[in-house]
Amino acid sequence: MIARDGPELQGAELHDRLARTWSRKPGLIGWLSTVDHKEVGRRYAVTAFIFFALAGVLALIMRTQLATPESGLISADRYNQIFTMHGSTMMFLFAVPVMDAIAIYLIPLMVGARTIAFPRLHAFSYYMYLGGGLMLWIAFALNIGPDIGWFAYTPLSGPEYDPGKRADMWAQMITFTEVAALALSASIIGTIFKLRAPGMRLDRMPLFAWAMLVVSFMVIFAMPAIALASAFLISDRLVGTQFFNPAEGGDPILWQHMFWFFGHPEVYIIFLPATGFVSQITETFSGRSIFGYPFMVLALVATGLLAFGLWVHHMFATGLPRLGYAFYTAASMTVAIPSGIQIFCWIATMWSGRPRFAVPMLYVVGFIITFVIGGLSGVMVASVPLDLQMHDTYFVVAHFHYVLIGGAVFPLLGVVTYWFPKITGRMMSERLGRWGFGLLFAAFNLTFMPMHWTGLMGMPRRVYTYPAGMGWDVLNLVSTIGAFGIAVAVILFLVNVFTSYWKGEPAGPNPWGGTSLEWATTSPPPPYNFAHVPVVESRTPLWDVDGGPLPVMTGLQVDERETLMTTLIDAEPDVLEASAEPSIWPLVAAIVTAILFVGSVFTPWAIVWGSIPVAIALIAWFWPKKALEPGEEPVSA
Amino acid sequence: MSAPHRFVRDVSALPTHAFGNRSLTWWGVILFMLMEGAGFALAGGAYFILKSHQGDWPPSPILPPDLLAGTLFTLVMLASEIPNTIVKKKAEAEEIAPVRLLLPIIAAIGGLLLVIRAFEFGSLNVLWTDNPYGSIVWALLVLHTTHIVTDWVDTLVLTALMFTRHGPTGKRFVDVSENSLYWRFVWLTWLPIYLLIYWVPRW
Ligand code: HEM
Ligand SMILES: [Cu+2]
Repeated sequence: MIARDGPELQGAELHDRLARTWSRKPGLIGWLSTVDHKEVGRRYAVTAFIFFALAGVLALIMRTQLATPESGLISADRYNQIFTMHGSTMMFLFAVPVMDAIAIYLIPLMVGARTIAFPRLHAFSYYMYLGGGLMLWIAFALNIGPDIGWFAYTPLSGPEYDPGKRADMWAQMITFTEVAALALSASIIGTIFKLRAPGMRLDRMPLFAWAMLVVSFMVIFAMPAIALASAFLISDRLVGTQFFNPAEGGDPILWQHMFWFFGHPEVYIIFLPATGFVSQITETFSGRSIFGYPFMVLALVATGLLAFGLWVHHMFATGLPRLGYAFYTAASMTVAIPSGIQIFCWIATMWSGRPRFAVPMLYVVGFIITFVIGGLSGVMVASVPLDLQMHDTYFVVAHFHYVLIGGAVFPLLGVVTYWFPKITGRMMSERLGRWGFGLLFAAFNLTFMPMHWTGLMGMPRRVYTYPAGMGWDVLNLVSTIGAFGIAVAVILFLVNVFTSYWKGEPAGPNPWGGTSLEWATTSPPPPYNFAHVPVVESRTPLWDVDGGPLPVMTGLQVDERETLMTTLIDAEPDVLEASAEPSIWPLVAAIVTAILFVGSVFTPWAIVWGSIPVAIALIAWFWPKKALEPGEEPVSA
Repeated sequence: MSAPHRFVRDVSALPTHAFGNRSLTWWGVILFMLMEGAGFALAGGAYFILKSHQGDWPPSPILPPDLLAGTLFTLVMLASEIPNTIVKKKAEAEEIAPVRLLLPIIAAIGGLLLVIRAFEFGSLNVLWTDNPYGSIVWALLVLHTTHIVTDWVDTLVLTALMFTRHGPTGKRFVDVSENSLYWRFVWLTWLPIYLLIYWVPRW
């Protein structure tokens, strides 16, 4: 007799049995074998924040060097490595992974699922990501850190101008993180498409899930561009292909096309999840559903599509045909429209609701202000004559930090505060949080606002020092003071995280009165997420029941990892599929793949011989281990 | 979970596997195909960007690739769709005997294709180090070959699996069906690459 949850099996007994089924084994091997999206998500997030801190330290070193003219603190060569490491780490090892980290923790909970789709794949993704980050930073410590800027333009990054292994380290880090990001996008799309709670039709999905859906598809179309580009680059460097070598008729501008075909969507891959955070926070703290939900969804989808048409605006300075200029200027300005719609809807939601300005909401306000400023300077550089003037000056540095920090880091810190109680079971300190936000907002503007002027006064970016008497000295000093202010604010945030983790107020399941499903389960959630499958009847499931009993479906196996799959659009219950057990093979596969990738920097044979252990690991990963796996019920033929 | 519940439906009678877009495996394969397809499309774009900088394509005195191996490869590949379609149908009908018969045949065709592919590399008339033309032609062929190898290994493993007691089970029939789907992708993507490698240089 197969045990299933239901009116006869609920409460404590159900909890015990489900917990046994869905827990991993204790001990180191168990820890490394986990496929629990909450555990993997936490590790992903902690790792990403460590990289954020490391890249932040590099930023402080740069700002210290630039505080005074003709400073001799670091050499030009070291400075090149530092700004490259800062930019690459922030973009590839922090901003994209941290958004994914939060998504893999929360999306399954928000859609009411027992687990994530392709659980072993997402564990593999984490190890690949970690491997890429370690490789890059170990290389940096050994003085073979890349020095070619975060976009590694050819021919400067090619074999003629950059002998040694520095550029290869950059290119392989890309390969690692692309594999990781692609794997996660499959898990996220699978979860959103097939594992939604019954009744959560697509048009009832939380906006963060919508954002991640769009972003995951963007990853699928954008990341192959950079993976291919870096493969071309590495083969130019290693086996003598001529893709980017102008001397043999190759085309360095091809690199720019491929890089920005990825690089422009990348900005939205970072920014759209943040808009999802903002929507969730705004909804909860305004106490009403998001104003203009269909427009919000359309805006997300439109941004995702438009983002692929815009890469050329990063290449205005390369001399394109005139018509190209006009077209891309206009197109670049159109992306402002969906963003404008979103901002309008958030403000309308607050306006017509009863907003409570707790810390997460403060970050939302900070985000809106900063993002509008960053958007304005963005519209400025989208026009070709201005761009030709300001290209490669500190004006651009100011612009993209407004977008990246204002548009992504602010919502991120807000959402960490918002979901911290769900993840840890404890509240973060409101008082420390307010101080942290205030300081961050002030220090951020102190750092980056002056850079608009330093740029207009002609200071180029990526210079390790500058002569006195250009009129840049005071502005630079102010930026540096601001940067240390940011550091203090970030430390305050971390102090808050650590003290709250140990001593914060117990949170309960739904401390903020949120309405999406993650708030229906305990904080922190049990390994199986939900005892019964929750059922959704509107966009605001928890506000519907208003503390009353939550509608649920039952009948899932209790002693096997069974999940309910629903139909794509209407989320009707459809199939019961078994979900993968924990396994050490994703880690083994990641290790042998890492050996292949790192080895290929030194010899192309690493790809040939390295693929054998990779194949073995993958086969072991997929080969059934039990006499009969769940889902392998025999078929009579 | 402390909140009380209102039980609205028992789902225990639902099936435990399904084919096509009702299964997660199908979605996994589809998404993988999208990623790979994007990669192929971009490689094709790179091909034309590089071509636009070159007066002659291939740059003289290089000759276009010899047609024999590549065309033979294409024909065998198209023919492989016949057993591929049948095995997909049989897997979806959950009949183990024909599946056990056809998978080894498909695996053998895959092996044959790899042998022909080796001759293709020999008939390109250019090395990857010669010029960007050589680089991109080799890149396209290598890229596609990795797909053949991947699907071939997958088919071998699946063939072995189908002869164990895991074989005649719902989940494995789904795997066979999706493996066939992926093979379709592999040969469909070959057709434009075949044109790029063998025919555009003859234009
Ligand atoms: C935390 C405070 C931060 C400070 C003080 C800071 C400061 C700097 C400085 C001084 C540069 C180098 C300018 C140059 O020499 O051209 C730079 C470049 C850059 N930063 Fe930041 N940054 C911060 C945060 C971030 C974040 C959060 C991101 C991304 C999510 C980011 C992404 C970049 C990128 C992509 C570059 C360009 C690197 C290159 O030129 O290759 N930064 N930043
Ligand atoms: Cu852009």
